[in-house]
Amino acid sequence: MADASRHPTYQADALIAEDIEAYLETHQNKQLLRFITCGSVDDGKSTLIGRLLYDSKMIFEDQLAALESDSKKVGTQGQEIDFALLVDGLAAEREQGITIDVAYRFFATEKRKFIVADCPGHEQYTRNMVTGASTADLAVILVDARKGVLVQTRRHSYIAHLLGIRHLVLAVNKMDLVDYDQGAFERIVADYRAFAAEIGIESFTAIPISGFKGDNITDAPSAQTPWYSGPSLIHHLETVELAGTAAQARSFRMPVQWVNRPNLDFRGFAGLITDGSVKPGDKVRVVPAGKTSTVASIVTFNGDLGEAVAGQSVTLTLADEIDCSRGDMIAAADDPPQVSDQFEVTIVWMSDEALKPGRGYWLKLGTQTVTASVAEPKYEICVNSFEHLAAKTLELNGIGVAELRTDKPIVFEAYGTSRQLGGFILIDKFTNATVGAGMIHFSLRRAENVHWQPTSITREDHAALKNQKPRVLWFTGLSGSGKSTIANEVEKRLNLMNRHTFLLDGDNVRHGLNRDLGFTEADRIENIRRIGEVARLMADAGLIVLTAFISPFRAERRLVREMMPEGEFIEIFVDTPLSVAEARDVKGLYKKAREGQLKNFTGIDSPYEEPEAAEIRVNTVEMTVEEAADHIIRQILPLK
Amino acid sequence: MHTLTHLERLEAESIHIMREVVAEAERPVMLYSVGKDSAVMLHLARKAFYPAPPPFPLLHVDTTWKFQAMYDLREKMARESGMELLVWHNEEAAERGINPFDHGSLHTDMWKTQGLKQALDHYGFDAAFGGARRDEEKSRAKERVFSFRSASHGWDPKNQRPELWNLYNARKAKGESIRVFPLSNWTELDIWQYIMAENIEIVPLYFAEERPTYEWEGGLFMADDIDRLEQVLGKRPQITMRPVRFRTLGCWPLTGAVASEAKTLADVVQETLLTSTSERQGRVIDKDAGGAGMEKKKQEGYF
Repeated sequence: MADASRHPTYQADALIAEDIEAYLETHQNKQLLRFITCGSVDDGKSTLIGRLLYDSKMIFEDQLAALESDSKKVGTQGQEIDFALLVDGLAAEREQGITIDVAYRFFATEKRKFIVADCPGHEQYTRNMVTGASTADLAVILVDARKGVLVQTRRHSYIAHLLGIRHLVLAVNKMDLVDYDQGAFERIVADYRAFAAEIGIESFTAIPISGFKGDNITDAPSAQTPWYSGPSLIHHLETVELAGTAAQARSFRMPVQWVNRPNLDFRGFAGLITDGSVKPGDKVRVVPAGKTSTVASIVTFNGDLGEAVAGQSVTLTLADEIDCSRGDMIAAADDPPQVSDQFEVTIVWMSDEALKPGRGYWLKLGTQTVTASVAEPKYEICVNSFEHLAAKTLELNGIGVAELRTDKPIVFEAYGTSRQLGGFILIDKFTNATVGAGMIHFSLRRAENVHWQPTSITREDHAALKNQKPRVLWFTGLSGSGKSTIANEVEKRLNLMNRHTFLLDGDNVRHGLNRDLGFTEADRIENIRRIGEVARLMADAGLIVLTAFISPFRAERRLVREMMPEGEFIEIFVDTPLSVAEARDVKGLYKKAREGQLKNFTGIDSPYEEPEAAEIRVNTVEMTVEEAADHIIRQILPLK
Repeated sequence: MHTLTHLERLEAESIHIMREVVAEAERPVMLYSVGKDSAVMLHLARKAFYPAPPPFPLLHVDTTWKFQAMYDLREKMARESGMELLVWHNEEAAERGINPFDHGSLHTDMWKTQGLKQALDHYGFDAAFGGARRDEEKSRAKERVFSFRSASHGWDPKNQRPELWNLYNARKAKGESIRVFPLSNWTELDIWQYIMAENIEIVPLYFAEERPTYEWEGGLFMADDIDRLEQVLGKRPQITMRPVRFRTLGCWPLTGAVASEAKTLADVVQETLLTSTSERQGRVIDKDAGGAGMEKKKQEGYF
């Protein structure tokens, strides 16, 4: 147990009792450091955090009493206090003795306040560690002195480094179990140094500790490690440089969160400043549009400010009436951030459902939300050996490098420059779950260079000449439901009505444009994406396009819908029960699928997601082909 | 160079969270319990949207057993902030006469948990701010800032959305909702320091004063409404005037008073720092169902 009289917080008690005002004065002005601890249960991570809380007096008497009784009941330290029980919060974790989720803990010393993200160490919780690391300034990597640098040590260090944590602490724990042997400590440090250089970690601080006994936690060197000349863990945490310092030195950036318009006389732009600082009178540029103006005032509840810096939430007013809304960024006029729609990124996959290359996901970066699709990964990174592995997709906890494109240009910085303007999340459009996180390396091209070439003949001109309103009639349904037959009948009628049409179906697409694609899920998504693009071009040319593809996934149908102007995409659900379609089995495909000769067959071993709100639905059990075609034509009138 | 203090960083983070909700949710509401955390949350909301008033109403899920001083401050703060105040009473609990003396944890369940669900459903709120902090309790320590709830208001701790950087995913299907905790990263001491620094008005019950108290099942309580107390208990308990204050505020028959001489904010902070029993100890709620009391309540829809 640490010597209480030497502990900084215990000394503080005297000041609290004597002069509370003076005490509070010093504490108003503490800085905040966020860090993570990584390691497995076996490395003594929870014990270390429990120790930090205990030594900084963040544990109250009633909690301590509960802890003592729990320690005897379910603890792993015999009759001694099991600090791990303090931090493993969820019932399932206490029962299984493991840490599943990231838990946040708080403690303070004389100099700083600390937020600790306690991260689970097992490989299956990589996503949890990534989450904890994303907001941390520092990482404490725990190593068991008896075991040295293990695969998991390498994994944790790699992830911390990947997420941009610049300060790493190698805490060689359980020194009490190796008799505080200096040689053991130095061997581990040498091993770690060799490995750290390999993955580009420039520096780290190594400290020999015992979380259980308290050595070198608050004071160093402990009586047991006279050979150690470095700082105690707490001392190091109190003095390491904070990330906010570097952010303030960069050019000004503030993503606009919300436009404040309480009345006609006030229009303010609310946001959190991510980089730099701002003063009234500063020239600013609103990106991506590029218009410039001058900051008129920095408005807050406590009065206007003369200056605001990175890390503050403020409201700015501008001297000119210019377009600016959520998703835009107000930035230094002479050094605006980049804008692009194609990137090389690192992606960490966080969902049980694997990444689907080509599928549209919501991408949220800063205050921007756009549709993004990820190409097949260039490679996946093995988090244990750092080898680059070939990959078609990324599974849960997979980390890979891929190209990503967005449906419109976004404002960004490389993640290495700014975490907040280079880090993004991916959201599944149907489940709304956060399925992935990513970090931008660089833009693959500058979006400015690919601005659309304005053409003289517009899509409206094309359509007017054909005397019709372009549309995409998207037939979806099971194999054998009657999509092609009905689409063909609809096209015949449109033709008789002097409309310009084109029917895209499996035969004219699979044999040409998409002949390089197979039937895996990724290929099926790409198939639909390309068909969508072609349909859009044809609609731009003024045609009424009919497509007849199973297109089983809602996400892909939605992706195509979002490519088109509002109201131009008409989803037609050819609703035929599986039993009926299978009984028809026009091409004998169901039989083959049932016999296992055809893999990934929709309805058999691959799902069909029915439309939730199709514009038109035809029931082929109740309607004949002619009736279905009539019904569809009636629904799409008028045609111009 | 202006190095931000921890309070400035916490304030900026909370304001950022509130603005994200207003930008992305359709119908947000702020749950207002009139306690010190609520007071800080409301103050932050006024700062976040200044000069506009916060663009959402305040909702108080009332049990009819709150301290009178809380009702008084509630009305005053709603007026001052220019916000609409909604008060919800679970009518079923009222009809069945559910009270903290006869019905124990059913009182909390009916008035608060069920009442909250009813109110959210009734008004169709899709995002609700709450003043919970991660340092309060072990299961809270693992809860997200944006805590996603099913259409039946359940919380699934094993299926929480990862929350990276300061990016919050506010997307949800119809009927689902999000509880948002802008004070997640604040500690009890931070709250007190901020109240002091910003001169935020809180219920006087936090400060020591001579108050009428009675003992009940081993705890010390304040007789906020002696007639009603007598009515429910069937007798008038022994009332003693004592200098007491409260570390948390809830229903007066469930909120233990502590003997104290702390009359000013500085005294209270001093006492808090030197004290050695944790904040929720005065509340009965956490001790149900072993160590997992709060986690279980939250799964059922408690805030």
